[in-house]
Amino acid sequence: METAVTKTGTEDKIWGGGNEPLKASYGKMMMWFFILSDALTFSGFLAAYGFSRFKFIDSWPIADEVFNHFPFLHGVDAPMYYVALMTFILIFSSVTMVLAVDAGHHMKQKKVILYMFLTIIGGLIFVGSQAWEWKNFIKGEYGAVETKGGQILQFVDAEGHRVGLKEIAILDTHKERTQHESKLGVWYDKESALPTYTIDEIRAGFAKRKDLLIRTQVLTEEGEKTILSREESLRRLQADAIGIVEGANLVHNEYGTPLFANFFFFITGFHGFHVFSGVIINIIIFINVILGTYERRKNYEMVEKVGLYWHFVDLVWVFVFTFFYLV
Amino acid sequence: MAHDTAHHESNISRIWKVFFLLSVITIVEVILGIIKPPFLIETTLISMKLLNWIFIILTIWKAYYITWAFMHMEGETKGLRRSVVWTAIFLICYLIFILLTEGDYVYEVFKAGHKSWDF
Repeated sequence: METAVTKTGTEDKIWGGGNEPLKASYGKMMMWFFILSDALTFSGFLAAYGFSRFKFIDSWPIADEVFNHFPFLHGVDAPMYYVALMTFILIFSSVTMVLAVDAGHHMKQKKVILYMFLTIIGGLIFVGSQAWEWKNFIKGEYGAVETKGGQILQFVDAEGHRVGLKEIAILDTHKERTQHESKLGVWYDKESALPTYTIDEIRAGFAKRKDLLIRTQVLTEEGEKTILSREESLRRLQADAIGIVEGANLVHNEYGTPLFANFFFFITGFHGFHVFSGVIINIIIFINVILGTYERRKNYEMVEKVGLYWHFVDLVWVFVFTFFYLV
Repeated sequence: MAHDTAHHESNISRIWKVFFLLSVITIVEVILGIIKPPFLIETTLISMKLLNWIFIILTIWKAYYITWAFMHMEGETKGLRRSVVWTAIFLICYLIFILLTEGDYVYEVFKAGHKSWDF
């Protein structure tokens, strides 16, 4: 076991490399510098997000309207409650991690096992929550119309409540365009999925329902989206709209500028990947703790090192939470 | 390290105290985010809403507690602490300053330009 603990045989030779000015083991110090570099990577992403947001400062999507789902509460507007819950789960798993580190300092194997187990469970719940959040984001809720210039037009009723495409569209039963499948063609090629509604079906439905208005991406002085007059709405839908958007991917995004979706996928995805790898590393150390590796080694510094990584993941989430959901 | 294990005091009560503090800060953030007090939104400070400044300060406060208490940065030597924290703070501030200034400039170009973006 001596190999796992850094001993260079120079411990008492001050001029022979036995001096440790930072009083930290090699592994722990390198974990700190890895965290530093990873923190700079995340800062790069978040600063790029800030750049894009400043670039589109008067037309950025409003996070409260985008992330307003909560499990088992369908159709209830619950802005931020779910992310707040996710934040708590992650902070709590950080607490159990630091308790595991503390128990490790006192060589209490049983307690380390319990706390590390709770940490892993917390991490898994968090990753699962993020997957659910992604699912809602990709699926979308109301749908919108995209214009020639790539702008997003959303529908609202007279009270300003959002109206979904499915409530507007009048289905054209004589539609000639059908989904092409690989079994139908000569070359066994299939096309990408057709949109649920055509733009003409939306136009027809919009013309019928006199109470509907169009909401653009542009923010007003009060920080709300601009709602066009009925005439202007009809004109824009007729002249500019070219297709419908449902949900979000890297190219189209019903919530607003595609950059918002790109950053959402990239930053929360990269963070989720960190949580996932953190869980994997935690599991490896957890198995080692159960096997008694650190009892034989007579120190639990490995738990401390993965703990550092795990807290870092929590630290990053605190910033992602602020800049994606709050600000 | 073996000499570490002998001297560590249990700081479980401190861990729970920090957890309580982090929870309270998060709850305050969420409440502010939901009610959005009009006063805090209307007031701007250095071209940003006061509310956003509050969020950012609370976040940095949380980050401080996570790093110092949970990651035990307070127990590290001055040299290690500074080489990690100062490097990060300096580079991040620099990056944010440059990118946000540039973003604002691009926004002005878009707004003042003779091209229409909304069509």
